[in-house]
Amino acid sequence: MPAAKKHTPPTNATKQNTDSVPIMSLKNVSRYFGNVIALKDMSFEVHRGRVTCLLGDNGAGKSTLIKILSGVHQPSEGEMYIENKKTVFNSPRDSLDYGIATVYQDLALVPLMSIVRNFFMGREITRGFFPFYYIDFKKCSEIAQTEMQRVGINIRSPDQAVGTLSGGERQCLAIARALYFGTRVLIFDEPTAALGVKQSAIVLDFIKQARDKNIGVIFITHNSFHAHEVGDLFTILNRGQSIGNYTRSEITRAKLFDLMAGKVTKK
Amino acid sequence: MKNNSNSSTTQKDKTRPKDERVREISTFTKVLTRPEMASVGGGVIIFLIFGLTVGDSGMFSALGIINFLEPSAQLGIIAIAASLLMIGGQFDLSIGSMIGFASVCVAIMVGEFQMPIWSVVIITFAIAALVGYVNGILVVTTRLPSFIVTLAMLFILRGAALVVMRGITGRTQAYIEREVIEASFWGNLFGGRIGVDLFNKLAEQGIIDARASDGLALAQGIPISIVWCLVLVVLSTLILNRTKLGNWIFASGGDERAANNIGVPVKKVKIGLFIFTAISATLFGLLQVFSSASADTLRGELKEFEAIISAVIGGTLLTGGYGSTIGAVLGAVIFGVIRQGIYYTGIDADWFRVFLGVMVLLAVIFNNIIRSRATGSK
Ligand SMILES: Nc1ncnc2c1ncn2[C@@H]1O[C@H](COP(=O)(O)OP(=O)(O)OP(=O)(O)O)[C@@H](O)[C@H]1O
Ligand SMILES: [Mg+2]
Repeated sequence: MPAAKKHTPPTNATKQNTDSVPIMSLKNVSRYFGNVIALKDMSFEVHRGRVTCLLGDNGAGKSTLIKILSGVHQPSEGEMYIENKKTVFNSPRDSLDYGIATVYQDLALVPLMSIVRNFFMGREITRGFFPFYYIDFKKCSEIAQTEMQRVGINIRSPDQAVGTLSGGERQCLAIARALYFGTRVLIFDEPTAALGVKQSAIVLDFIKQARDKNIGVIFITHNSFHAHEVGDLFTILNRGQSIGNYTRSEITRAKLFDLMAGKVTKK
Repeated sequence: MKNNSNSSTTQKDKTRPKDERVREISTFTKVLTRPEMASVGGGVIIFLIFGLTVGDSGMFSALGIINFLEPSAQLGIIAIAASLLMIGGQFDLSIGSMIGFASVCVAIMVGEFQMPIWSVVIITFAIAALVGYVNGILVVTTRLPSFIVTLAMLFILRGAALVVMRGITGRTQAYIEREVIEASFWGNLFGGRIGVDLFNKLAEQGIIDARASDGLALAQGIPISIVWCLVLVVLSTLILNRTKLGNWIFASGGDERAANNIGVPVKKVKIGLFIFTAISATLFGLLQVFSSASADTLRGELKEFEAIISAVIGGTLLTGGYGSTIGAVLGAVIFGVIRQGIYYTGIDADWFRVFLGVMVLLAVIFNNIIRSRATGSK
């Protein structure tokens, strides 16, 4: 892909020694669900203006990790830091308030509701005066339509129910929503899974644009081409534990592929 | 490829060319797909049936209309709450018992303890808020189905109503003196009637029926419960369709997990809805106690089902995430009209339940079709 050539690897991107303070980090975090160990003793960093790819087999704990960052789960053990300040997210709302937006693997859309209602769910733009605030549907619809168009989807009407959209259109809606609200950190949990070639390229392009705007990006994918195209840092997860961190300069796509396929287990 | 959108549209393109995949849908069809449309249709049919069969029997005189609108409005109030709660994805089976318990509390505090009505109203609403809060917190923390949790509350409150009433009065009924209610602004706020003078004037002019004895109107004004119901339906519709809170209610019932993950405070919304339901049940209780000047431990029995049925007839989905409070009130009116109409036709009143059952079945089947259309599943 031509876009890959434009990529300039960060000059100081050596492992654990990127730009100053990580925007978010996890220290020795474990997460248990009953007797299931989903994540064990995991340390992880998100850096401004870097794309961190989170790679690993099905059930490795990738989604669990990002759900801790987005406030859906709380760590069973260990701590989370935002710019070296210990922080606890009690709910996804806390994380969103901080400017962290997530494209969840299950997309977090409500099928019975319209595109515009889904787009602004929990973040509605209102107008009016106390206590009579009402949603500014005109403005919301315009933004939703424009943002959807930016990711390459021309929606018929912002009032269309999300349940009637195609799988790819839904994914694009979740992505457009995250791009709009994620001002500091963007988390993508397999965002290109249901996308066609054109939309995938657009999404990868947006990931690069977000990185250039100094946003910290986390990108989960099973596609080594996509990972290699945009990734600056790579963290490989296996059975709930990290089995290696790599920087872009340390790794080739073929090696990445082998790591993801589990052919090489240790660095 | 799934998303073969208009290829002339690039990311930067701000203009929106008309999408060739969009069929023009007329405003008429759009209105037809509103959730409450079925109940509007159903209502028209019901009115036609009774209008044609018993139209001249007095059912549609001023008094007859008020006679079926008053219970409909009372039912409408709890149907609005039940519908909002159902849209938010939960049920409350303790509505009827809450009505009974609130009625007992009010009648005892006013009738037996001679407490001022304003303080009784505040205390009773506070008790209701607490009951709603307990329902809500139990449902969201235990994650048990609200069906079970509020079924337990149904028994607890009904039992408590009996215990309190028997313990204090030794009977199962309590009375309040009418003068006490009529002398109080708060008594009139829940037990009064409006437009009595207007109705008497109309009777004088011969526009509506007058009593033979003194020439005053047969229909003594509009019961205040109708005003309450109208205010609530307007407010709830605006909240549901136009505000943040409304969006959160739809989201919480449509997909709880998605809503939570994207930052909707689902638990708070649900607890709030349970509180509102209990408060509405209490309002129902107050309206009945102050208009009848009495309370009974059996007040409100089966009202939870009537409220849910009204909501369902009004197009609210049992599975949550979709519905309208206008529909719920129309459902309550249909309910009242059928009950009254059957009385006027002289058919055995036992048929009422059969009729109702058929209505519910039709409504549920219809709602299901609407839902599949909205979600795109077949
Ligand atoms: N809420 C939960 N309750 C119980 N177990 C869970 C829960 N969430 C995740 N798990 C378990 O934790 C493990 C890690 O799950 P996770 O979803 O994080 O994997 P993943 O790396 O995202 O996999 P995939 O690539 O398939 O999306 C799995 O074994 C899963 O069964
Ligand atoms: Mg996953």
